[in-house]
Amino acid sequence: MKGDPIIRMDRVSKRFGTSTLAVSDMSLTINEGDFISFLGPSGCGKSTALKMIAGLLPVTSGTITIAPAKGKTEHDLGFVFQEPTLMPWATVQDNVFLPLRLAGVSRDGAASRVAEALREVGLTKFAGAYPRELSGGMKMRVSIARAMVTRPRILLMDEPFAALDEMTRSKLNNDVVRLANEHGLTVIFVTHSVFESVYLSTRVVVMAARPGRVADDLTVTVPWPRSEEWRISQGFSAEARRISDSLKGTLDAEHIDH
Amino acid sequence: MQSISTIDPVDDAAPMNIEAMARESREKLLTWALPVATLLAAIGAWEWLVWAYQIPHYLIPAPSLIAKTLWTDGPSLMGSAWFTVRLTFWSLSLAIIGGVLLGAVFALSRAVEMSLFPFAVILQVTPVVAIAPLILIYVDSTFAALLICAWIVGFFPILSGTVIGLRSADHNLRDLFTLYRATPWQRLRFLLAPSALPSFMAALKVAGGLSLIGAVVAEFVAGAAGQNTGLASRIIESSFRNEIPRMFAALVLVSMLGIVIFLLTTWASRRVLGHWHESEIRRDQ
Ligand SMILES: Nc1ncnc2c1ncn2[C@@H]1O[C@H](COP(=O)(O)OP(=O)(O)O)[C@@H](O)[C@H]1O
Ligand SMILES: [Mg+2]
Repeated sequence: MKGDPIIRMDRVSKRFGTSTLAVSDMSLTINEGDFISFLGPSGCGKSTALKMIAGLLPVTSGTITIAPAKGKTEHDLGFVFQEPTLMPWATVQDNVFLPLRLAGVSRDGAASRVAEALREVGLTKFAGAYPRELSGGMKMRVSIARAMVTRPRILLMDEPFAALDEMTRSKLNNDVVRLANEHGLTVIFVTHSVFESVYLSTRVVVMAARPGRVADDLTVTVPWPRSEEWRISQGFSAEARRISDSLKGTLDAEHIDH
Repeated sequence: MQSISTIDPVDDAAPMNIEAMARESREKLLTWALPVATLLAAIGAWEWLVWAYQIPHYLIPAPSLIAKTLWTDGPSLMGSAWFTVRLTFWSLSLAIIGGVLLGAVFALSRAVEMSLFPFAVILQVTPVVAIAPLILIYVDSTFAALLICAWIVGFFPILSGTVIGLRSADHNLRDLFTLYRATPWQRLRFLLAPSALPSFMAALKVAGGLSLIGAVVAEFVAGAAGQNTGLASRIIESSFRNEIPRMFAALVLVSMLGIVIFLLTTWASRRVLGHWHESEIRRDQ
């Protein structure tokens, strides 16, 4: 049900070797249908937190609980990396097919799902292309299609558009919001851009470094999904300032630490 | 919701045009014509120098004489060439099988790698010429003994190429496979093996040439024992009898064999990697 807790982090910490805590005592409840941004400077543990939620990194202490899936899905959790992370030797459609192939679905059985995922990101015409033939934005779309092809409830994205130009980035922002809205996804979107976090999310978790921790948890109360017009409105500026101030506060605090 | 995405412009798809095609065919011609012309010129110069300075054929035979010897001694030389071809082919095949299998085991288990790696290195750093006499003593069949010598030479590049290749898989892709709970077999089949192909193919190019060298060198060492019939034996034999043109003829055959191996491995590498890997992609200027 929308609004029910779907991910719960309870006093989660992560230490690599003997270094300082990459993530310290992070507690967070994420509800189904939330679009959450993890916002913070680089090195504050955003990727680490995301990977622990995905089960790609073990926690050092604490617990992460994910509510069991009810619907029909091969894999409940999609992950989009900062780089497109495509297999260069495989075509676009084979890249998107991968999660289903690994789940034991036959190529024929997956064909319509793969085609559907490609259609949703506007890449139908490029099904047979190789990654090197695509632009950066298109590669990222393939990566999103691959994450969506298993019909996940949860989508984790680690600074997916940081390397793209402004135009492509804003287009892809709208695509992600549309997909999240149509499929009722719960999204955790890691970014270091205040504007991106304000435009995309219903809730912004501000993180601070050394040790990596949650510094602030802000709700963006403007109705979601938002229009392009809102992006250039007074309201948007006000929200951006509010979140920016919170982020600055954590950065200043960090500065005093040193 | 508004602004359903449209496709961003494809910046890589270069328009086909006549000019580009003409340039491409010109380039293709040059890549063949230039080396062939240089080679012919060099052979011509050789022929002329031998003729102009009256160099006796027992010192340096003219290319025309070498060609004639190749023709007259053809049957016996071809038999020897076939022996060397078989030796090279078998040693390379076994090097591939052994190198890939052991490489896969190394990549799967650090412990196995650490315990077996010294042996592989010892095998590699000890010159075959030094081990060959021992092998010839221990192994009855001369062909098998030669095979082992040639195999040792080709095996190591394949092993290290395979290990490096299997390790080179992108770490984010590894994470992706972990996320989707890939089985070890799926990981090998869909991620590690394709990732390993570029460095494996590079190793294959090296090992192909080395297998031929191994086959020839091994036969040189075994030469004293007599009863073998590869091209190296023909060279030694001709040297004893002072048949320099025949020696050159055998040498030409060895070189040609090397060139064929080079062309084959290059072609294979292009076949396998051509559609995706940087090393084999041709770019328009
Ligand atoms: N595999 C690792 N081994 C050791 N330290 C790591 C590893 N991954 C991340 N770290 C450290 O943990 C901290 C947080 O990293 P990360 O989660 O990548 O930050 P962010 O994504 O916010 O930039 C950094 O100080 C980083 O150096
Ligand atoms: Mg990061």
